[in-house]
Amino acid sequence: MGKIFFFAALALVVVSGLIFAPAEAKLAIHPMDQFIVQPLFGGDQISWYTPTNVTLWMALAVAAVFALLVLGSSRRAIVPGRTQSVAELAYGFIYKMVEDVAGKDGVKFFPYIMTLFMFIVMANFLGLIPGSFTTTSHIAVTAVLAALVFLTVTILGFVKNGADFLGLFWVSSAPLALRPILAVIELISYFVRPVSHSIRLAGNVMAGHAVLKVFAGFAAALGMFSFLPIFAITAVYALEVLVAFIQAYVFTILTCVYLKDALHPSH
Amino acid sequence: MEGDIAQLGQFVGAGLAAIGSGAAAIGVGHVAGNFLAGALRNPSAAAGQTATLFIGIAFAEALGIFSFLVALLLMFAV
Amino acid sequence: MASNTQDAAHGAADAAHGSAPGMPQLDFSTFGNQIFWLVVALVVIYLILSRVALPRIAAVLAERQGTITNDLAAAEDLKAKAVEAENAYNKALADARAEAQRIAAETRAEIQAGLDEAIAKADEQIAAKAAESEKAIAEIKAGALESVKAVATDTAEALVAALGGSADKDAIAAAVAERTKG
Repeated sequence: MGKIFFFAALALVVVSGLIFAPAEAKLAIHPMDQFIVQPLFGGDQISWYTPTNVTLWMALAVAAVFALLVLGSSRRAIVPGRTQSVAELAYGFIYKMVEDVAGKDGVKFFPYIMTLFMFIVMANFLGLIPGSFTTTSHIAVTAVLAALVFLTVTILGFVKNGADFLGLFWVSSAPLALRPILAVIELISYFVRPVSHSIRLAGNVMAGHAVLKVFAGFAAALGMFSFLPIFAITAVYALEVLVAFIQAYVFTILTCVYLKDALHPSH
Repeated sequence: MEGDIAQLGQFVGAGLAAIGSGAAAIGVGHVAGNFLAGALRNPSAAAGQTATLFIGIAFAEALGIFSFLVALLLMFAV
Repeated sequence: MASNTQDAAHGAADAAHGSAPGMPQLDFSTFGNQIFWLVVALVVIYLILSRVALPRIAAVLAERQGTITNDLAAAEDLKAKAVEAENAYNKALADARAEAQRIAAETRAEIQAGLDEAIAKADEQIAAKAAESEKAIAEIKAGALESVKAVATDTAEALVAALGGSADKDAIAAAVAERTKG
């Protein structure tokens, strides 16, 4: 009963907010403006070496990784402090993931995977600072990350296993008649991997930030009832914090899965 | 007039594409729900399968993100 | 509402015709820039991690593992020692208790002996004192009888003299002796 009243009151507030909203406030929402790449020091020509906001926020991500993993562990304490605990937690988390998913011989790729994880997680978290620029929301960035993984895995697969790597596409447990069809499907899914790998990360981050921006636009338009969208922004922001970590985790664990396929291609 | 119709098509198409996000949400819910059902039957095996859970969620979600991307492309890029 | 949305879309489209297209992600002119800086960032992070951070953290973790193993062994050692010490303590405690029991019994016996002796002595003393007292009492009694006899003699002499006779001393003494006998 109380719930019904609550929602009725909420609906009333929303409707009255829409009706009595200041007339001059227009819903001029530009949710994508936050992703524009701009040169840091004026001018509008962007060549490949121009320092842009991409440069700034990537440098901050590098600085954050440095602060956490190098400065945090600089005391080499046997009983770790807070920062060192987090650094060791991250180390143990990724190390265990690589060992569990990719196997013992995947461990030598641990620094490479740790690099990907730390960069993505730091870029995601830095992107959650209001007014910041999220480098991982750009397809160009995630596509390069995914392409690096794809190329590494493919080359590694052929170097390690030679032609046996093609056994990944030849499902020997299926009936012989089905195998060519399955091979085509497996081949397609193999080449879709980098696409989904990159778009998943960029899409999630972009969608979250765009949603936040859209709600912020509502807040600007609703006048005194702006507390409703602000409440929603708070909730979505909490979700985004979770997503920022989970997407980094998913990107990393999929890298491990692909790595396992390259190291042990038997189906 | 012609431009308006094109824009209409854009927006309608974007809205239709956005349905895919909801479908992906159903898929993710299925993955998580079935994981939970299995985990409650055999809680001791659940901890080792969280990685698989996240991989499943990631694959299910990727397709929803694709449809969201199509919607965005229709809205802003076409 | 519809016009607002249209405005928004137009705004986005305007932005697209200005510096960047509607989706900044699809502005290919910035791709080279992003990719260049991304590669720089990744290389820097890789160098930081593989040269400094990861070996250091691995060393710290290994060191901690070693310390924990050592500490566990040491703790096991100390525990054994503690058990040993406890046993020794319990034994010492039991010994001390028995010793105390023995000393107490001994002391009790000693005290008992002393007490008995003192009681005997006291009894003896009391008996002696009583005998002495009895003797004194008898003496006093005899003394008293003697005095009574003398007083009676004197009184009788005085009475006889007062009555005008002269009494014979021997007769009076005999009479007193006869009277006081009874």
